[in-house]
Amino acid sequence: MREITTNTITQAVKKLCMDANYFLNADVYDALEKAKETEVSPVGQEMLCQITKNADIAAQNQVPICQDTGLTVVFVTIGQEVHITGGSLEEAIQEGVRQGYVEGYLRKSVVSDPFLRVNTKDNTPAVIHYRLVPGDTFQLDVAPKGAGSENMSKVFLLKPSDGIEGAKQAVLDTVEAAGPNPCPPIIVGVGCGGNMEKAALLAKEALLRPVGKHNPLPHICQMEEELLSRINATGIGPQGLGGRTTALAVNVEVYPTHIACLPVAVSISCHVTRHTHCTL
Amino acid sequence: MTHEITTPLTKETAATLRAGDIIRLSGVIYTARDAAHKRMLEEYKTTGTFPFEMENAVIYYAGPAPAKPGAVIGPAGPTTSYRMDAYAPFLLDHGQTGMIGKGKRSDEVVEAMKRNKAVYFAATGGAAALISSHIKKACIIAYDDLGAEAIHRLEVEDFPCIVVIDSEGNNLYETEKAKYRLETK
Repeated sequence: MREITTNTITQAVKKLCMDANYFLNADVYDALEKAKETEVSPVGQEMLCQITKNADIAAQNQVPICQDTGLTVVFVTIGQEVHITGGSLEEAIQEGVRQGYVEGYLRKSVVSDPFLRVNTKDNTPAVIHYRLVPGDTFQLDVAPKGAGSENMSKVFLLKPSDGIEGAKQAVLDTVEAAGPNPCPPIIVGVGCGGNMEKAALLAKEALLRPVGKHNPLPHICQMEEELLSRINATGIGPQGLGGRTTALAVNVEVYPTHIACLPVAVSISCHVTRHTHCTL
Repeated sequence: MTHEITTPLTKETAATLRAGDIIRLSGVIYTARDAAHKRMLEEYKTTGTFPFEMENAVIYYAGPAPAKPGAVIGPAGPTTSYRMDAYAPFLLDHGQTGMIGKGKRSDEVVEAMKRNKAVYFAATGGAAALISSHIKKACIIAYDDLGAEAIHRLEVEDFPCIVVIDSEGNNLYETEKAKYRLETK
């Protein structure tokens, strides 16, 4: 039985929160650089230049890339042979978020109740998803997500007869409806199958996959490529000001589902798609 | 066309701006987003005043991140504007002439803009650190308890934005999207 202390976990979460918000991931940065070579709209070009310049400033000064430093989403992968010592795992993660956001000068964007709306002043609580796996691994993925793009995400409960074409149309309709709102170029996470909440979680997990890496299933890989091409043909462009760079990637994940179901969740993420991880 | 504009933004100046114009904005602007808008309208209904002069005012839909020691302000990019659509027509009818944000607006907002000769500017969403370098002074003037949502008075210099919807209702999001759209199967 491997032991990990709650203090180690708190320190790791704190650092991941700060790093995720200060440093644009290399996969996203590289995709933006590549887009500059192909974008045909002059305004689109200017937007892409501002976006990478902004990322450079943020990294250099260690300040957030975007003022919306998000609702913190933490994926915890725990080996069943790991023993957490020193207190509550849940509280250790929340304390890491608290310290990261307070000490890292990150914005506190969480309200304690959806209707009463009083700011908690430390960005807690985070949304935490636990995955129990064999062995003694312990991995943290921290993915703070801004609300501009989160608000454009959707879940569709399609019929099996709608098929893969229906799923593609749902994704395209979501992106078209979002237009300039989610700060394109976007990354689109799609979850197909399972039930309502499983599809939504798959869509969120799909955003953790690096830009440029495709699903190994041939029909899903093809779906990703086709959707990316069709999304970039919408004309929405960087910041919605016109162009051919509306999305940098479409990542689709699938899961078995019920004979009567075809859930499709679309998680839209902005050009500041944040995901950091570490293994303890 | 690039315009250098200084606030307060008069209706006369606003009326000359066209969708697509590149703007470098200087002078005083005020931040307000969801909670501040709700409270400003409530305050006006009970006291008949706003927390700042609304005549010819430019409101920036933004909630800055905290400033690091020594910094004027933390990163402060635009937030998505449609959430303020419920409040914007009232403020436009009471003198506001400029809105800075990102994303679509409702037909009601566009009608209020046409009626009052107001302009909607977009700043680059997610370019918060870059935008902050154009903010030279910042202080909270109202609703401190709202944290990031408090109203900040900002003095800006060459603040980069673009006219997305002009006072005649021309909409850059619509015209440019159509221009770059490709027909696919």
